[in-house]
Amino acid sequence: MTEISDWRKRIERYRFQGSECVKCGARYYPSRIKCIKCGSEEMRDVELPRRGRVVSYTVIYNPPKKFSKYAPYAVALIELVDGTRVLGQLTDVDFDKIRVGMEVEATFRKLYEYGEDGHIVYGTKFRPVVS
Amino acid sequence: MKPDKKVGIYGYGAYVPRYLIENSSIAGVWGKLATPIKSKSFPSIDEDSLTIAYEAARIAIESSKAPRDRIRAVFIGSESKPYAVKPSGTVLVDALGLSNKILSADFEFACKAGTEAIQAVSGLVASGMIDMGLAIGTDTSQGRPGDELEYTAAAGGAAFILSRVSEGVIAEIEASHSYVTDTPDFWRRSEEKYPRHLYRFTGEPAYFHHITSSVTQFMEEYGYKPSDFKYAIFHQPNAKFPQRVAKILGFTREQIMPGLLSPIIGNTYSGATLVGLSNVLDEAQPDDLILLGSFGSGAGSDTFVFRVTDLIEERRARPPLKSFLKRMVTRDYSTYVRYRGKIDM
Ligand SMILES: [Zn+2]
Repeated sequence: MTEISDWRKRIERYRFQGSECVKCGARYYPSRIKCIKCGSEEMRDVELPRRGRVVSYTVIYNPPKKFSKYAPYAVALIELVDGTRVLGQLTDVDFDKIRVGMEVEATFRKLYEYGEDGHIVYGTKFRPVVS
Repeated sequence: MKPDKKVGIYGYGAYVPRYLIENSSIAGVWGKLATPIKSKSFPSIDEDSLTIAYEAARIAIESSKAPRDRIRAVFIGSESKPYAVKPSGTVLVDALGLSNKILSADFEFACKAGTEAIQAVSGLVASGMIDMGLAIGTDTSQGRPGDELEYTAAAGGAAFILSRVSEGVIAEIEASHSYVTDTPDFWRRSEEKYPRHLYRFTGEPAYFHHITSSVTQFMEEYGYKPSDFKYAIFHQPNAKFPQRVAKILGFTREQIMPGLLSPIIGNTYSGATLVGLSNVLDEAQPDDLILLGSFGSGAGSDTFVFRVTDLIEERRARPPLKSFLKRMVTRDYSTYVRYRGKIDM
């Protein structure tokens, strides 16, 4: 990743925007240019539902260098209310309180930054639902 | 001030981070006995004043169903911008999916930058230059470790969508007033991480003089008296000042309590009076009259009067501020120091 390629991904990261297969309706995040289910290359942008449930999770203690400031953090496989499964970082959560089936919602946070004087990269993470 | 065309609040939202530190645990580290408040909020390691602005603005837009393409200004008041140069609004416009045909700027006036943004957006809306605009007050303020300010400098924010009253608003702005002098009570030089303050100026010449001048001049000009108001919200750098300024001006405890959050969440700077206003709007009823008196060091004060309308019920913030207050968890000084980036790595 470079600051430029991060910038190109900003809209989908900011708005939790994925892609949807026009033929079979499968949805992906991050977005894909080809559907893995039916092989179609006809994809369109779609804003994904912001709520879902934790399917499985793991806590990362030794992350890639750019995330080291934020470690440890939890990453979860989340099933959104429309059935789409996405991988996402959890925030505002205590590790011993994370449960399979826990309701989470998309939120907007810092993902990482290019040092103290570089770009700050923002995007979607998930937190326990606040209602 | 009164614009030719009436302006009001179309929608609003507020946000406070999940983390809380008790004043007693800060005092324990520095060996102090007396503390100004009970506890204060602080942001997670992945939050800043921009992500807080986003949270508040998204609640404002979704709860009011304001059409995103009609919002044509986003002004953010903050003294803790993530970038010294690069407006926070640029990121917000793309993150919130607003039209790119939009005005955007960061405002700075210590703790009154958010109410200054409301004044500016009001003018644009009233003149017809734009249909709707977002005014946001947000901060993740810092005090030097061990300094007096470390006990109160907190994080939070609130966002207000303003439109003409004819669009249907939840609260009309009946009038406003602003008062500014050169009073160097608190400042932070460029390139410095932490602010400084002059004790001699903090209370009487700064906070009390500016708020009482602004509110008194306002009431004289427009003919209001304290008993007209159901609620009053004053800037809250600690627990004591807003209660004392209310007393000086003739407001009761009942009028100020719903908008007084500093004892628990601390001073959210540009967010302070606006988070208080959000908490009041979360419970206000049609026809209630609300007075707001902000204060920004340097120094100045803005006064506003809002009259709540029948639309309040259907456009209240979802989730309300109370939901964020309910989820707060207490952390110790070591977590606070790490999350606030006070350790050099
Ligand atoms: Zn397909």
